[in-house]
Amino acid sequence: MAATVAVENLNPKVLKCEYAVRGEIVIHAQRLQQQLQTQPGSLPFDEILYCNIGNPQSLGQQPVTFFREVLALCDHPYLLQRDEIKSLFSADSISRAKQILASIPGKATGAYSHSQGIKGLRDTIAAGITSRDGFPANADDIFLTDGASPGVHLMMQLLIRNEKDGILVPIPQYPLYSASIALHGGALVPYYLNESTGWGLEISDVKKQLEDARSKGIDVRALVVINPGNPTGQVLAEENQYDIVKFCKNEGLVLLADEVYQENIYVDNKKFHSFKKIVRSLGYGEEDLPLVSYQSVSKGYYGECGKRGGYMEITGFSAPVREQIYKIASVNLCSNISGQILASLIMNPPKAGDESYASYKAEKDGIIASLTRRAKSLEDAFNKLDGITCNEAEGAMYLFPQLSLPQKAIEAAKAANKAPDAFYALRLLESTGIVVVPGSGFGQVPGTWHFRCTILPQEEKIPAIISRFKVFHEAFMAEYHD
Amino acid sequence: MGRKGLDYEDLNENVKKVQYAVRGELYLRASELQKEGKRIIFTNVGNPHALGQKPLTFPRQVVALCQAPFLLDDPNVGLIFPADAIARAKHYLAMAPGGLGAYSDSRGIPGVRKEVAEFIRRRDGYPSDPELIYLTDGASKGVMQMLNAIIRNGRDGILVPVPQYPLYSAAISLFGGSLVPYYLDEEANWGLDLVNTRQSVAAARSNGITVRAMVIINPGNPTGQCLSEANLREILNFCYQENLVLLADEVYQQNVYQDERPFISARKVLFDMGGPISREVQLISFHTVSKGYWGECGQRGGYFEMTNIPPKTVDEIYKVASIALSPNVPGQIFMGLMMNPPKPGDISYLKFATESKSILDSLRRRAQIMTDGFNSCRNVVCNFTEGAMYSFPQIRLPQRAMDTARSAGKEPDVFYCLKLLEATGISTVPGSGFGQKEGVFHLRTTILPAEEDMPAIMSSFKKFNDSFMEQYQDYSKL
Repeated sequence: MAATVAVENLNPKVLKCEYAVRGEIVIHAQRLQQQLQTQPGSLPFDEILYCNIGNPQSLGQQPVTFFREVLALCDHPYLLQRDEIKSLFSADSISRAKQILASIPGKATGAYSHSQGIKGLRDTIAAGITSRDGFPANADDIFLTDGASPGVHLMMQLLIRNEKDGILVPIPQYPLYSASIALHGGALVPYYLNESTGWGLEISDVKKQLEDARSKGIDVRALVVINPGNPTGQVLAEENQYDIVKFCKNEGLVLLADEVYQENIYVDNKKFHSFKKIVRSLGYGEEDLPLVSYQSVSKGYYGECGKRGGYMEITGFSAPVREQIYKIASVNLCSNISGQILASLIMNPPKAGDESYASYKAEKDGIIASLTRRAKSLEDAFNKLDGITCNEAEGAMYLFPQLSLPQKAIEAAKAANKAPDAFYALRLLESTGIVVVPGSGFGQVPGTWHFRCTILPQEEKIPAIISRFKVFHEAFMAEYHD
Repeated sequence: MGRKGLDYEDLNENVKKVQYAVRGELYLRASELQKEGKRIIFTNVGNPHALGQKPLTFPRQVVALCQAPFLLDDPNVGLIFPADAIARAKHYLAMAPGGLGAYSDSRGIPGVRKEVAEFIRRRDGYPSDPELIYLTDGASKGVMQMLNAIIRNGRDGILVPVPQYPLYSAAISLFGGSLVPYYLDEEANWGLDLVNTRQSVAAARSNGITVRAMVIINPGNPTGQCLSEANLREILNFCYQENLVLLADEVYQQNVYQDERPFISARKVLFDMGGPISREVQLISFHTVSKGYWGECGQRGGYFEMTNIPPKTVDEIYKVASIALSPNVPGQIFMGLMMNPPKPGDISYLKFATESKSILDSLRRRAQIMTDGFNSCRNVVCNFTEGAMYSFPQIRLPQRAMDTARSAGKEPDVFYCLKLLEATGISTVPGSGFGQKEGVFHLRTTILPAEEDMPAIMSSFKKFNDSFMEQYQDYSKL
């Protein structure tokens, strides 16, 4: 009897989609990690170093104490009745927990909330957005989600009717976008970031790609911008942002602004400006441009990936469209409450004068300073190697070096039925235990090769990573030199 | 070109088709009235903690400690946390490198999945493979993932019970598939009617539909019926003969209020049957921390277990799970705790067992109170709530009521429920949100309001209903 659910009769969109961040190389790394446990000494390295995924706390980054204090008290509100907690929790974490619980009907953190998220928490987030941007934000525009990713899927679901609906996506991109577009049966319309100008975005190029797509009968519905960029790390110049907004307005595109790395900026000459702020600065209101802005608790200095907290702020959509967004959100009932609480905390952290402010600030500054140092060390190390060039990581959590692979290496890869950068990444893993993601997982100009490496390994491990990498790379290039 | 913005007309048609009445028209109206100051009793969704049910103490202690591990270093932690909660927090933190703040394995923390497998083994008497157990942000996400994997196009049909929990109809609409209804038999306490089911399949096939899967909800939602072992055997044989994947929604397995038909899992029955059927019928089983006596809806903790699914299919499902990176870690720990609760002899056992029993006993009593209360009302007939969290009374509306409803542009049960809401503040979901036989109307309410509030709620309902029936009675027929 033929199995009813077999690869032959699965949804072809599921079969088509790919997600390299946890793909083949990572699965292989997990197998090697098992092997290290069962047969110590059987490999030329002692440990697997996961540099494939932006998962800071898995590599030793500590959570922000104040946030965890508040969350623990909200998880077990009975604690608030005990005097002993005064010696265990800061006074402001206690009062914040009480304030948050008071905004939850029945103080029940185990109950499904409103499908957009708890109103009081959305008020807090809206106030945080207003304070960040200088332009008002509305709690009714906010949808709290289990991480930012479900919000991306929701919009793709809404926008993509068939394979002729296209979404403009930067190349290289975070492969959630390509996967989501494939899952929803749409067309990815690439626009290439310019590696030689620090991964800059040229509006004229985007326009060309848009027109090219249209000439092929693609109805381009939206433009995705990732700022700061992933995997590329660039922070958009304000001028660029104005161009993008005007472009979207003129072309009737929905602007999907992935801003999850807004608090990861490592250079003094760039600042984060939200697209919401840019849109409002241009005098555009609700009637002018549909914009979805994404934020997450997974990145920044908080790095709380496992909590699955995030939100999207939707502006510029008509009431009937908003109703549809709400309706789809309601089928899943609501996002996890603890994640909702955390989203409100990151948008309203301790302020000067609060008891926890000094320690909070020290933790935050320490993490950002360390990320800045690690970004620089790794960037410099990659640039010192022959055959590797690496743009600066102005923000986010990644480096995306370019490999100049010798022709013999490219042929060896072909013979092994692998993309050249995947071939390189696999050899890197097998020689050193270092796990990176091949550039082909993100998209790149055809004929160029890259890999994405996070800046997240612990600072004390960075020198060893650099030296192991150098040994491998030089040996690899020597093996395949023309 | 030059479209301005995003118009309703330009949206994905499948999105527009989706309906989810649980948070639809009645709920939105109730929320409006609440804002205006009216006291509303929300019985539209199975959300126990929202109606006063308290969380179990032990899991909250453990998760709070995991959330703030600095507490574990404090010498005074033993003053406010029992030793077994402290030990269990350490147990989960050891399983989750990086703690609650790191993405876990996309399938969920391996150690928690082992606990799930162990629970299943103890419950059913058959081993379970943790590699085939995936944790999800609530069971709903797992249901969505599976239906999305199965449905290729509009000609793929999914057998769904009527009445059903409208996640299924919503997901099928969203993914562009076909819902193939099989009617439960209200006269037989919402029992399974395999004859009707076979007819549905035949009709669907004659319309060019390839029926791919069958959904069972056991115990049922909204209907509460508990399937017998014989029922499950029938269903599994049926799936075997008709080449269907069985999707077994078992999220209410802890909520059973009669002793004739205790919960028995589809997987257990499948393996009991032995032979080729036990190796070939494909089964996906769903569970959650949202229901039972835990009621931890807000945590979004769930899992699905795959049985007899080919390895390549499992790989594809893993791939899709990996795009979402990982389910939320606190929710995973709640699941671990539910699968592996305090045992006799543990410090926290007595309190845990007492809290649990108290909730279950009360649910059992409330199931009876509500059933009896509805049956005492004019023109209302209500099957006993054998399980789950709902009551689904049939409201026999007089013709004049139906006519008035339709001229107001409303389905009769929606009309009735809106009137009920406005008169009493009781917020229910009309039966049309779940599916029902043509011309037969119901509403769904939960059995979750606090026990002490039940008599007042039922009497308020009876007062409204009996006067509504009086008002719309067609005296010319008497």
